[in-house]
Amino acid sequence: MMDSFIHFLLHRFFVTGDPMIYGADASIALASIGIVVVVTYLKKWKWLWKEWLTSVDHKKIGIMYIIAALLMLFRGGVDALMMRTQLALPNMHFLTSEHYNQVFTTHGTIMIIFVAMPFIFGLMNIAVPLQIGARDVAFPFLNALSFWLFFFGAMLFNISFVIGGSPDAGWSSYAPYAELSMNPGVGQNYYLVGVQIAGIGSLASGINFLVTILKMRAPGMTLFKMPMFTWSILITSVIIIFAFPAFTVALALMSIDRLFGAHFFTIASGGSPMLWANLFWFWGHPEVYIVLLPVFGVFSEVIATFSHKTLFGYAVMVWSMVAISIIGFVTWLHHFFTMGNTAEVNAFFSISTAIIAIPTGVKIFNWLFTMNKGRIEFSTAMLWALAFIPNFTIGGVTGVMLALAPADYQYHNSYFLVAHFHSVLIAGPVFGIFCGLYYWWPKMFGYMLNERQGKLAFWVFMISFNICFMPMYIVGLLGMTRRMYTYPAGMGWTPFNFIETIGAFGMGAGFLIIAYNIVWSTLKGKRDTTGDPWNGRTLEWSIPSPAPEYNFATIPTVSARDAFAVAKTQEDQENKKERQLFQPIHMPNNSGIPIIMSLFMFIAGFGLVWEWYWMVIPGAIGIVVCMIVRSFQYNDHHIISIEEIERTERAAGRLS
Amino acid sequence: MRENENQAVQSEHAAFPWKQVFGLLLSLALTFLALWVVLGLSLSVHATLTIIIGLAILQALIQLFMFMHFTEGTEPVHQIIGIAFGLFVTAMVVVLTLWILYYAI
Ligand code: HEM
Ligand SMILES: [Cu+2]
Repeated sequence: MMDSFIHFLLHRFFVTGDPMIYGADASIALASIGIVVVVTYLKKWKWLWKEWLTSVDHKKIGIMYIIAALLMLFRGGVDALMMRTQLALPNMHFLTSEHYNQVFTTHGTIMIIFVAMPFIFGLMNIAVPLQIGARDVAFPFLNALSFWLFFFGAMLFNISFVIGGSPDAGWSSYAPYAELSMNPGVGQNYYLVGVQIAGIGSLASGINFLVTILKMRAPGMTLFKMPMFTWSILITSVIIIFAFPAFTVALALMSIDRLFGAHFFTIASGGSPMLWANLFWFWGHPEVYIVLLPVFGVFSEVIATFSHKTLFGYAVMVWSMVAISIIGFVTWLHHFFTMGNTAEVNAFFSISTAIIAIPTGVKIFNWLFTMNKGRIEFSTAMLWALAFIPNFTIGGVTGVMLALAPADYQYHNSYFLVAHFHSVLIAGPVFGIFCGLYYWWPKMFGYMLNERQGKLAFWVFMISFNICFMPMYIVGLLGMTRRMYTYPAGMGWTPFNFIETIGAFGMGAGFLIIAYNIVWSTLKGKRDTTGDPWNGRTLEWSIPSPAPEYNFATIPTVSARDAFAVAKTQEDQENKKERQLFQPIHMPNNSGIPIIMSLFMFIAGFGLVWEWYWMVIPGAIGIVVCMIVRSFQYNDHHIISIEEIERTERAAGRLS
Repeated sequence: MRENENQAVQSEHAAFPWKQVFGLLLSLALTFLALWVVLGLSLSVHATLTIIIGLAILQALIQLFMFMHFTEGTEPVHQIIGIAFGLFVTAMVVVLTLWILYYAI
């Protein structure tokens, strides 16, 4: 009994036998002990719980999303560097084939689900309520729940590599390989359950922000007076609401296959492996727009602000996003043109994919025209936005090449494809996220990120990005396929691969400079005392930095687009100080339920991964109990008194 | 835009939500009924499909009327756009999936 238990621990539960894994075990243990010791030493547990872990404030939730996403970016980046090290030269033995498969799987899943998504949710939490003149999101409690579901989903996925083993079927997890008969063990279960838990949180966020934007805009802000970032989030929310359910169902069906012996995606008993690919990409293609449209919004804000002009072609921008969101639901098959479809099917999806490139191109021209005759200021945020345009266009053009079904038989699953989707994913979401961080950082924390270090990081990262990915287009055309763990010498691929690896480490260096910049600026950064460091155009810049708990002491009235830019030209700010008449403000109470309920989700999820139903059941009961407790909480908000508002506003220099 | 729209949506603590509780129980019942039809009965494939699709439509209607305030909206435009887009996406996923998979080799 005891013997078999120890045998289980050493051979199935803990991943053993690899020195790198032991290193990871040790660093995880040390980091956890370090955090506990530091927080205990500083006596910060209570503060952490009351101010952050139970917070329902959209600004704090946004910051927590961004911290978590930065940590996940580090993990995903280390995975990437491990792969590039293995591929630097032919016949390397740094990673085994099995380990390589696990690394690209976790890299892809983490980068999309646990990096791009939380960064987007972070930015929208921080900026949307402030841009529309609201005091919080529509459902603050649900917002906290979304965050904690994402967080515990990410944790569940991440522990797989030390406990039980990582999934290895790729981020797209195609059946039948991902099914039980070919992929026994718990790795794939971690993927299914971890991503499912995070996905529920994402769906809830989509609903939350749709309602927030439709219902909570300041008086006078009609839909066509909203800032472009808010528009992009409105449309993204709609896409989330309609795309995620398909993924939820697909993950659930595959979980039922693996855990309860069904055959939805196996040939046995009439299942269809292709149905998995179909459902996965039905979500997967809209998903790329979910991470892309928000950064289109960020770039629109940043380019207008630093060109000191209003955005060119506002209505066209909006309608092209609407068009993208509709057509984006009928292009998904371009990810599996080569799976044996008829020519008619391929032709249909080829055309729909080519069509969706048009509204995207229209937007590119709008940004260029916004800069035309503008007074361009080359801040760090603006540099990221400027670099986005040519780099993303390369990805878009190669995307149209991939969209031509007959040609895709050549490109499919080659390094050409890998280069394509990194061109769009890095020049789009990643540049956009850095752009948004530099832009909104003062609003989040009340101090600026150092511009000189920021520009250095930008140049290092952007140049390295091109060094890393440009050769991939060539080596892909030379025949190197995706997901290869090593390659023979004498194929002509070696120099390209070596250059790519240099570029990859350059990007790592760029990331470290950004991390250094954040730490340095936290200690010595310039304070933002005005609340409007960039001469901004939208409402978030009209309030102090960082924004007070209630955001707006009085809800602004909006009469035009670029509401704050207009207000600055119209009225004397001094007069405004006199006129303010405050009223007590209702704010939602903090709650421990979101984090506790998500913890139960984690427990139930861990039980499902291992098929330990003695663990699933208490977890599930915990979830239901949390819901019941929440349903009977009547006293869920508090009131901020006029005196307290006056005190806060005076401290921020807004009241004489 | 009315003033009060700028408040976080307040929960109403009025009467006991009988409608929602009833809707929840009904949804659970329909779900388990569908499961039983598939696992417990050995009907022909056609009969099984017909029954569970019927149950699914019933379930969707329950969701719309008992939880989603289908009849009480104040902004019909949002409702109509939402429903129309929902129908569009559903039609696309069903029709195109059948088209793709039916002919696939
Ligand atoms: C943010 C923007 C985008 C992202 C994140 C993205 C992401 C991806 C990813 C991850 C794949 C790999 C599929 C696999 O696992 O095999 C892919 C393939 C593909 N992408 Fe994109 N993409 C984006 C934009 C575009 C655009 C603008 C187009 C065309 C107009 C496009 C067309 C394609 C096509 C046709 C494929 C299939 C290639 C093949 O499988 O051979 N993508 N994309
Ligand atoms: Cu796609």
